[in-house]
Amino acid sequence: MSEFLFLFRGSNLQARSPEQMQESIQKWVAWFKELNEKGVIKEPGNPLDRSGKVVRGHGKDVHDGPYAEAKDLVNGYLLVETATIDQAVALARGCPIFEDGGSVEVRPIMKF
Amino acid sequence: MISALTRIFGAHNLALAEDVVQDAFRRALEVWPMRGVPDNPSAWLMTTARNRALDILRRQRTANTFAPELGRLLESEWTVAPVVDEVLAAGAIQDSMLRMMFSCCHPHLSEPAQVALILNILCGFSIDEIANASLSGYAAIEKRIVRGKKVLAESKRLFDTGVPADFSDRLPAVQRALYLLFNEGYHGTSPERSVRSELCNEAIRLTAVLLQHPLGKTPATYALAALMTLTAARLPARTDSSGNLIALSNQDRALWDRKRLIEGTRLLELSASGNEVAAYHIEAAIASAHAMAQRVEDTDWSKIISLYDALMGINPSPIVALSRAIAISQRDGPERGLEAIDAISNPERLAGYPFYPATLGELELRRDNRKRAREHFQMALARARNATERLFFEQRLAACDVASPRPATTAAFWEPHLAPIPAADSDED
Repeated sequence: MSEFLFLFRGSNLQARSPEQMQESIQKWVAWFKELNEKGVIKEPGNPLDRSGKVVRGHGKDVHDGPYAEAKDLVNGYLLVETATIDQAVALARGCPIFEDGGSVEVRPIMKF
Repeated sequence: MISALTRIFGAHNLALAEDVVQDAFRRALEVWPMRGVPDNPSAWLMTTARNRALDILRRQRTANTFAPELGRLLESEWTVAPVVDEVLAAGAIQDSMLRMMFSCCHPHLSEPAQVALILNILCGFSIDEIANASLSGYAAIEKRIVRGKKVLAESKRLFDTGVPADFSDRLPAVQRALYLLFNEGYHGTSPERSVRSELCNEAIRLTAVLLQHPLGKTPATYALAALMTLTAARLPARTDSSGNLIALSNQDRALWDRKRLIEGTRLLELSASGNEVAAYHIEAAIASAHAMAQRVEDTDWSKIISLYDALMGINPSPIVALSRAIAISQRDGPERGLEAIDAISNPERLAGYPFYPATLGELELRRDNRKRAREHFQMALARARNATERLFFEQRLAACDVASPRPATTAAFWEPHLAPIPAADSDED
């Protein structure tokens, strides 16, 4: 078995009406339940707030941020465990993020 | 609420669920006197309990294992709040109550233990209140509940009401526990009228929950609900102002609860679908026969006797035979009644039951055999289980010395089949 990190990018829950938000949350919960039943969740991860601080450079300067393009902003993560990356990708395709124009990055955990 | 929280925390964390609910009530006591009672107090309590549950789940996320069937959904902010809200939603609460009801009727527990557990967890009665409402003392009830909770905890998850075969297997035990719960209220030994009505109402409420489930609404469950509702209709006429029991024959039938009589009759009709005839059907039909009679003289004793005959066929017991003998004495006179009592097989099972000698005494008194009547009442007095019964038998003894005694006035004399025989405490290991 291998582990894969799902990075969720570029979907903004807050920008919508409460009803739309409710609907979207339900879809996410349904997807998580599906993953839970398949027993593929390694770490269920968490959603992330959209703004924080960025520490950067040799001077370890602290900036507000990340101010990336909205469509590229990481706003959550999850760790799954499957045999192959194809299986992980198949799981990612069930994510409701695509309805909001977001994306899922599937990254194998590197083992040294 | 405890049932729903137990679904989140897991059956092994029942104490945690109880703490959360108690906490919500304590918060209410602190906050309400200062800020006033909110518009919707139960919603307020629910929200408070929800937030407390979320606190616990977040803090102990990794330290504790919660409900195994919810798996990892409680570990992450992606899902924890929506899943908790789902379990605490109004419809889901009913489902949790049902699961808890079935969990409490675990086959490893004795019937009295199942009833005590339901009263404690689902109805919120304290050990004191349960001990007051039943024949057992505080220590015995406490032991039953502690042991019952241990059995629940060992199974970790609540009973899964989604598996049809398991559901149907355990349904009779659940029906039986609700039946005993109702009888404890209607015919129990607690002299306190309010406690008894409350027990009856709880039994009716839980049976209604059972009727909401597609597999729960069997003809037998409808019959059970009909039996309870028709019998409970008489509660308002059943005691006088000082709490003494009034016999069915002497009740003011105008006080009977019309709404319940109508509802009970409707339930009895619903129970008639299908081929199944359970003891509950017949007991409900007996209750209905009494309800149909405007006056006691109008009672159709022949119909009631034939219903008892049918009950003997399904569920023969000396107590049913005793009830049948009483109905016979009503129709054919005390001699026939006494003959019917003589014919009861294994009467030794009635040995500890005071209304057995009391019935004999009553019938002897009616045919003016006062010496025998006195002996029987003395025997009944020796077996009396509480002050109310003792007082009643003393009055009957005194009646043996009156020129023309009035007939007995206790409900238990008229409907002994509803009265629980104290079971030996089989669950004390």
